[in-house]
Order: sequence, then C-alpha cells, then structure tokens
Amino acid sequence: MTEPEQANHAHAFLLPDQLDALIERLREQGYRTVGPRVVDGAIVYRDVERADELPHGYIDTQDGGRYRLVRDEDAGAFDHVVGPDSLKRFVFPSCDTVLRADLQDGSWTMTPAGLPDEPVAVIGVRGCDLQALAVTDRVFLEGPYVDPLYEARRRNMFLVAVNCRRAAATCFCHSMNTGPAAGGGFDLALSELADGFVVESGSAAGDELIATAGWPAPDTARLEQARAQTAQLEAEMHARDGVVRDDGAMSRQRSLDTEGIHDLLLGRLSHARWEDIGDRCLACSNCTMVCPTCFCSSVEEVSDLAGEHVTRERSWASCFTAEHSYMNSGTVRKSIASRYRQWLTHKLASWHDQFGMSGCTGCGRCITWCPVGIDLTEEVAAIRD
Amino acid sequence: MTHRARITRIKAEVSGIWTYDLAFEDEAVAASYRFAPGQFNMLYLPGFGESAISVSSDAESAETISHTVRVAGNVTHALARKKVGDEVALRGPFGSAWPIEQCRGQDVVIACGGVGLAPLRPVIYHVIRHRGDFGRVILLYGARTPADLLFTDEYAAWQDADVEVCATVDLGDETWQGDIGVVPILFYRLRLDAPRTRVLTCGPEVMMRFVIFEARARKVEKRHIYISMERNMNCAVGLCGHCQLGPAFVCKDGPVFTYEKMEPYLNLEDF
Repeated sequence: MTEPEQANHAHAFLLPDQLDALIERLREQGYRTVGPRVVDGAIVYRDVERADELPHGYIDTQDGGRYRLVRDEDAGAFDHVVGPDSLKRFVFPSCDTVLRADLQDGSWTMTPAGLPDEPVAVIGVRGCDLQALAVTDRVFLEGPYVDPLYEARRRNMFLVAVNCRRAAATCFCHSMNTGPAAGGGFDLALSELADGFVVESGSAAGDELIATAGWPAPDTARLEQARAQTAQLEAEMHARDGVVRDDGAMSRQRSLDTEGIHDLLLGRLSHARWEDIGDRCLACSNCTMVCPTCFCSSVEEVSDLAGEHVTRERSWASCFTAEHSYMNSGTVRKSIASRYRQWLTHKLASWHDQFGMSGCTGCGRCITWCPVGIDLTEEVAAIRD
Repeated sequence: MTHRARITRIKAEVSGIWTYDLAFEDEAVAASYRFAPGQFNMLYLPGFGESAISVSSDAESAETISHTVRVAGNVTHALARKKVGDEVALRGPFGSAWPIEQCRGQDVVIACGGVGLAPLRPVIYHVIRHRGDFGRVILLYGARTPADLLFTDEYAAWQDADVEVCATVDLGDETWQGDIGVVPILFYRLRLDAPRTRVLTCGPEVMMRFVIFEARARKVEKRHIYISMERNMNCAVGLCGHCQLGPAFVCKDGPVFTYEKMEPYLNLEDF
C-alpha cells in the first residue's frame, strides 16, 4: 500500500519494450499483475503477464449508454480511458465470504473469514480511480469501524498509475479535481510518450523498484513533454463548452458544476426533475455496479442441506432495488424517482456529510453504462436551473 | 465480533411479541458487556440471518440482556421457534443512545407506540433508579387494543416511582377505562413546562411526526426532541449502506437523533 507522499521520489525512463521488464519485476516481487485487456469488446482488468497483452492501438469512444472500442494505429498502450471495471473489484470483490458458522455438538462455532494475502499490482490506474480508492479507504478504513477484508487487500496493493493524455466525452475528472493527471496515492505513474514511458515514483516501494531495476532517469525534455501533454488535456477539458460536435467521436463533452452542490441537491429534494428522471431510469443498478465508489452490500446466509454449515456471503447491493430499503413496515423508497434521488444526493451531497469528500470522481462510468444514457452532469444542471 | 448466548427465559408479552432474556456463554464477554438505553444488538441465527433488535432491559442490571421482539420477518420467525436453553448469537451493542445526561434535571416525556416502548424501557428503569435526578417523567403510550399494551404488569411499579403513565388504544374493549385514540392526543392533558421538557419518541414514523407536532405546538425546542428512526439495518457498522437517511447512517449515527437533525428528511415521501 502506498504511504503518504514524500518529496524527491525517483524518476525513470522506459523504452516501449521495457514495460515487460516492469511487469516482470513486479511478478518477481510476488505480485499478481493485473492490467487493462480487451475482453468481449471492452477494456477490463485481467491478469497481465506480458506487455503485448495490453490494449495497444485501441481507443474507446464513450457516450451516454454507449461504449465502443476503435482501432487506432497511432494509439499507445494506455490511450483508452476507463472501462466498466475499477479497482473496486480488487479491494471489495463483488462476492466475499465474511463468516462461517459450524454446528458441532449442538453449539455453533463462528469463524470470521480468513484474510486474503495475495499481493496484487494493478497497472494502468487513472487519476479518477486513485481518488475512488481514497474514497473507499475513507469508507472502509478511516471510520469508527474498519472492514478487515478490505484492509487486508488494500495493504497488499502496488499501483502503477497512468497520466491520461486522452479523455472520453464522458470523463469529467477536471470538474472533480481528480485528473487527468494521477494526483497521488500511486507507487509508480507512467506517462506514455511516442518513444517510451516517463515513470514517476510516488512511494518508497516505487523508488526501490526503480533503483533496483537500474532504469535511467528521463531527460528534461521528456519530463517536460510528459507533464505538458496531461496539462494540455486538462486545459482542453476545462475549456469544454458542452457543444455537441457531429464528427461522431466527439459527442457532448461533460463537465459538472460543483459550486454549492451539497446545498443545491439537498435543498431541492422535491424538484420536478426527480420524477422526470424516474420516468427514464430502469432501476437496473448498472450505475452502482460500475461506480468505483458505490460500496453498498448485502449479506446472505448460505447453508448446507442439514443447516449445520453456514457461510455468510457478502455481495454488492444497489440502492436502485426495492429490497435495499425494505423494512418490515415496507419499502422506504418505493418509486424509481426516489431511488435515483437517493443515489445522486448521496453521491454528490450527503457523502460530504458522511465522509468529508465527494463520492463522485468524475470517471463517467455511470453515464456510459446506463442503458438509457442518463447523464448525472445533465441532471444536476437541470436541477440547478 | 459475534458472541454465543443462551436463552435463559422467554416471556410472552402480547400477541406476536416475546421477550427473550439472553446470557453470554463466554464469562469474559458477559462481564464486559455494557449497553446504553436505546442501543441495539444484532441477533444472529445461523442459516437465517441477523436482525437488529434494541435492548429492552435495565442497563444497570448486567446479568440479563433482554430483547423484546415482534415476530415479523425471517429471523424473528426462526427466533420464535427457539426454547429456553437454546443458543443464539449476537454482536453489539450498536448505535446511539437516548440522551440520559441531557435529561438530567429536566422533565421527560416518553411518547411511544406498540413495540416502540421496548427501546425506551431501559430509560424508565434508569429514571426509577435515579429518580431524584429528573423532574416530571411522563409515559405516553399507545397500542392497537388493550391486549396489545406491552409491560402492563410493570405500570403500577412505575407509577409508584412517580412516573406518570398514560395509555391509549385505537380500539377499546368492554373493560377498557382509559383513553381511545392515537398517542399524540395524550399531549392535550399535559401542562408542559416547555423549556425544561425533553421528548423521547419511538414508534411508527407517522406517530412520531404527530408527537413532534404536538411537542412543537407547546414550544418544546427542536433540539430537545429525540426520535428513534427505523431503517433497514444490515451490518450495524455503517458499511453496508442500507440504512442511509440523508446525511446519516441510522445504525451508526442513530437510531436516536434529535428532531433538529432529522427535520429536513422527516416529511419527504419515499426519502
């Protein structure tokens, strides 16, 4: 796990074919190496053993309810942005055993689940997803109760970030101040250039890896180029005007005005727009599944036939289901409009009350993977008007 | 941490409601377990699941931990099939407590309906143990019928300890001599000294809304009205997300809140 930022971390320059050496070093240190791969027409996190398994020459075009991979011979290994996966699945898997209970001689023995100890190195993490990890750290590690399973997985991570040099139309990290540069919380951060990768360390573990690998430091020109390309993207994102361009790849480019958003949303809980969204929303819960910070879960009892060996299995839950708010006196949030209102006000407003930060990182996944293309940036703007 | 406990007594209270007295199996756990009035435990029956149940016994009588349970769901139905001597598991206590300290030296109105008296009974026990620390103490309690009133065998003792007990029912029977109507109507017979009144309420949300209305009509301050909210509490530690209510997790930040904090969210449909 990454420790707080220190000054004067190491830098290095890798030739394109030295990505393999990076993966190899991590594997030698005992990490399972995971990175972006093309699977079923989307870029998701899978085990990566060689750099040529990365999605070289692919970019993703994203829009409300739309995700397409496009071949682009000029694209590097990391010119796609974020797919449906996030780091969430590595620190908070969609299914997890939390407790076992075994009946012996008429008495129950209860054993908390063993703690996972597999070190995982994730390659290709974006600034928005590093922030998402900071958000889930706050939820699972920094409150009055710590989740031991999350903690065990989190402590064993090595994060290789990527500074984005391209954004999708759904990205709005610039509005949430989470990207496109990796802001911190990484061990190494890569900037992809035409002739290689500038590598910046962000932790002692990252420093050590660079030192032992013996990679040369980047020259000033490359360091500057690495910094400039992400800065240029950020400037472009801030200059977004929201205009629809009709060249196909460039749809409405998102931004979110976060000014006073807490009081805005919690002050307009009876706004007519909620009903309007409720008419479009399918309550499918896709947005909560792809959201890197949505942390709701339910626990189910899984028993053998005799009822003597039981495991308690935790799985992701969604506030878009009726059962999420079910009590014996009935379901609290009966309408879909009320469930969307719960999700959005929690994500953007009451999250600040609970955790002192926004629950949104501007990754745009909820826009892309919504089957009817509901766009929270558009909905907030409508509620603001 | 989930602990084993044994059922030491089962008392049938009223139709559909039983009180289970539990004792921890582990002596060290039994010795160290403390709860504050208003807090709850997660009762666990392996194979059925967990249920959040408030503790209904005296917080200063450590040997017995009672849970007064209305049979409603999967877990409570399974609990209803248990017998004295059977084992259950529990973890806790969780949640916020009734404001005993803030009530000291003040008049206390306890307004509750149905099984909502259970989490407030520890407050009554506390008041009686330390009666001189409190001013007037009034219990306003309602149930559907006289047969549904909880803990009736204790009212005389409470009254002897100078707790004013006012009960009302929705539907009387041939022997009922008391009030008919909902709990908030009982406020009409009270002369409250508003600045020194603290209201503690637990029951259906609609009842609490009208209790708040009556208290506010008598100028009781918002921050002096305490409500116990119910939401779907699964994990009890603020991590599963099911019990969210605006800025709060009911399990961790509640279940007891001031009306001042909950006011914006109480009258919103489906919030």
